[in-house]
Amino acid sequence: MSHHDVIVIGVGLAGLVAAVRLAEAGARVLVVAKGIGATHLSPCTIDVLGYAPERVDHPLERLPSFLQERPGHPYGAVGAEGIVDAVDWLKAHAPGYSGSLERNFLLPTALGVPRPTAVVPATMAHGDLRAADAVAVVGFSALKDFHPALLADGLRRLTPAVEARPIELDLVPAGRADVSSLGYARAFDDPDFRARVVTHLGLRLRARERVAFPAVLGVTAADAVWTELEGRLGHAVFEIPTLPPSVPGIRLHRVLSDALRRAGGTVRLNVVATGAEHAGSRVTALRVRSGLRVQRHGADWIVVASGGFASGGLELRPDGSARETALGLPVTGVPSHGAPRFAPEYFARHPVDQAGVAVDGGLRPLDGAGGRVYENVLVAGATLAGCEPWREKSGDGISLATGYAAAGEVLGR
Amino acid sequence: MSLYDAEDVLGPLLMRGSLDHCVKCTICETYCPVAAVTPLFPGPKYAGPQAERFRSADEPSPDDSLDYCSGCGICTQVCPQGVHIAEINTQARARLKERTGVSLRDRVLARPALAGRLATPVAPVANALLANRPLRLGIEKVAGVHRDAALPRFAGETFRRWARTHHSPPAARRVAYFHGCGANYFEPELARMAVAVLEHNGVQVDVPKQGCCGLPLQSNGLLDDARTSVRRLAKRLAPFAREGIDIVGTSTSCTLMLKREALEILELHDDKDLRIVSERTYDICEYLLGLHERGELDTEFAPVGEQVIYHAPCQQQGHGIGKPALALLALIPGVEVDESVAACCGAAGTYGLKREKYAIAMDVGAPLFDQITAHGSTASICDSETCRWHIQKATRVESLHPIELLHRGYGLADDQPPPRRTHAR
Repeated sequence: MSHHDVIVIGVGLAGLVAAVRLAEAGARVLVVAKGIGATHLSPCTIDVLGYAPERVDHPLERLPSFLQERPGHPYGAVGAEGIVDAVDWLKAHAPGYSGSLERNFLLPTALGVPRPTAVVPATMAHGDLRAADAVAVVGFSALKDFHPALLADGLRRLTPAVEARPIELDLVPAGRADVSSLGYARAFDDPDFRARVVTHLGLRLRARERVAFPAVLGVTAADAVWTELEGRLGHAVFEIPTLPPSVPGIRLHRVLSDALRRAGGTVRLNVVATGAEHAGSRVTALRVRSGLRVQRHGADWIVVASGGFASGGLELRPDGSARETALGLPVTGVPSHGAPRFAPEYFARHPVDQAGVAVDGGLRPLDGAGGRVYENVLVAGATLAGCEPWREKSGDGISLATGYAAAGEVLGR
Repeated sequence: MSLYDAEDVLGPLLMRGSLDHCVKCTICETYCPVAAVTPLFPGPKYAGPQAERFRSADEPSPDDSLDYCSGCGICTQVCPQGVHIAEINTQARARLKERTGVSLRDRVLARPALAGRLATPVAPVANALLANRPLRLGIEKVAGVHRDAALPRFAGETFRRWARTHHSPPAARRVAYFHGCGANYFEPELARMAVAVLEHNGVQVDVPKQGCCGLPLQSNGLLDDARTSVRRLAKRLAPFAREGIDIVGTSTSCTLMLKREALEILELHDDKDLRIVSERTYDICEYLLGLHERGELDTEFAPVGEQVIYHAPCQQQGHGIGKPALALLALIPGVEVDESVAACCGAAGTYGLKREKYAIAMDVGAPLFDQITAHGSTASICDSETCRWHIQKATRVESLHPIELLHRGYGLADDQPPPRRTHAR
């Protein structure tokens, strides 16, 4: 049986942040995951608190009362200071991220809806809709699911102070027809393609217009591509997140994975955590299945960051019960058998929304009676109970802050 | 029952049914090395879970683009929902071949053991012929094997011939060494080094009678022939597994075939021999790292001056064991290791040999090739033979199995520098 200081289950934002912080502090870290996590699906802006339920402009100011209103929210375990520390840590690791909890940006979505978010890549910062400069929304006819006319229309209707108009370019990466955002991002890594974009676009821009691109400005060196475009166009340029695959998410995943590799962490993909062995209230080993073989891995700590229902970290079963799939931790917040789990309206609050693993102030999982289940198991990210990330606009903030704090628990900080 | 309750090795119904777990998240598409460089393959999601809905088990597949899937398996590895994308696609590709037929070229490439048996007695002649430029042009024209594709050299003397007279010192810990076709016919020196490294660590090494695992047959759409091959192999290895003897292999794609692929792709999940063999099969680096984790590996290494790029091949990543070679190489003083930036070198077994796919294979591997040459590496390190041949040919820098550095570090090379292998042609 191998032995690690910490085994992290899950390789999304929470798992990666925990693993990198631990490995950089000298811990022997093993990350096990069924597959790649939600980084590739998320814009990877750090939304800390966007709605409560009114739109939040100053998250740091709103957080104390927010936490009082919502006992059991994951932010309660880390506190506002913990979120600030985690954000500072991320900014040190992911160059170009800017912003703070003092004030939210208002960035447009691919439908032109203003979206409050706290910390964003440099390539998106000029999209702030609190500034009134007109926006030229650039799209590409072959790019799936990104429609500049629709986006500009949404901007005009929802943010009347900002003028917006679409520009659709008929530039297609060589040999391609139906292109994803990643296909365009790879094309933007090529200087020749960028030169064509600049040529096609240059004369169509008006004075003082900001230029919005889908978030496809290169995979490997987005900051350089963005800087180059601003320079050559002579206009402010910003990215708007696309439907998956999310190129900014791929970039952040790469940055954190590289940091983990440099710090000596190990990742095992394509395996399934199938339970733990414990002595009293301490887990001693994790069972990991690969093919027909189940292996035991000893660890001093386990960090569960395997995601929520969408990622399979939590599972709702036909009998109405729910379970945490890796260790079988208790899941709270599931309506009792027979009670409605979902509201009829898609965007309504659903009774099952806040289901997850409840934790104490040290991120240890709790049972139904509020007692600690294990002393050396920590839970981070979307597995946690007590929040509604999609309503609050808090998903990446929760993953970042609890992943960071889980590492802190192990390190005694 | 959900996929989480199911065994990780799925029977045909659950495996095809796993496509219903696809949420179209596109993660597989972002990792597909082939779709990244050519529009000829539309990507694993499109060709996999989406297109599979339009395929019937009773009818051949109508989608030719599937033929451009290299079968590297990365899509399955990264899928967070447990969809068996690569497995579904390999089966669908075989059904496609039922319609289009399997070419003579593919039938030959799929049988390395046959080529090995025929050419070994006349190795110098075979090697000279296959190194002959005009002849290779002819072969490309007539048979469709690309003129620049890396073909291995026949060693002349097989590993099995050496093993017949080799007596492994008796020891409490025993393994059965699964050498595969590559080490037997093309790299017997690697197989001997593997035996020496294992014996050096107090392991008694048996070399059971064996044969091809069927992987190249499977990759080329010949599933029935692949089944025959792997069943025969499993039958020969199973008695060892039943005795509690681990099966250790140096060919990481062939050990993956035994561990996982044959059970699912060839629908042999209830083959008793294969199941017990699967549970007992180890990639050699995985096995040695296991020894190390138990404090049973000799870690007294002499310095080995090498600056290398380690490339974990796709099939090695399919094991779900991380990168044990990195941990082992870190034990040898003087070995400086950088990790490959590429997910795949492009070779994908026999894929990169084919005339219509060679350019794709070169494009897939380009970031790795650039990395190896730009860093002034003395060697690249890789666990898979076909990848090593492809990488070595593309970079003109020697490509070694991790075992070769361990062997050197242990000072097992008879005080002589190991023969530098000539470039694959």
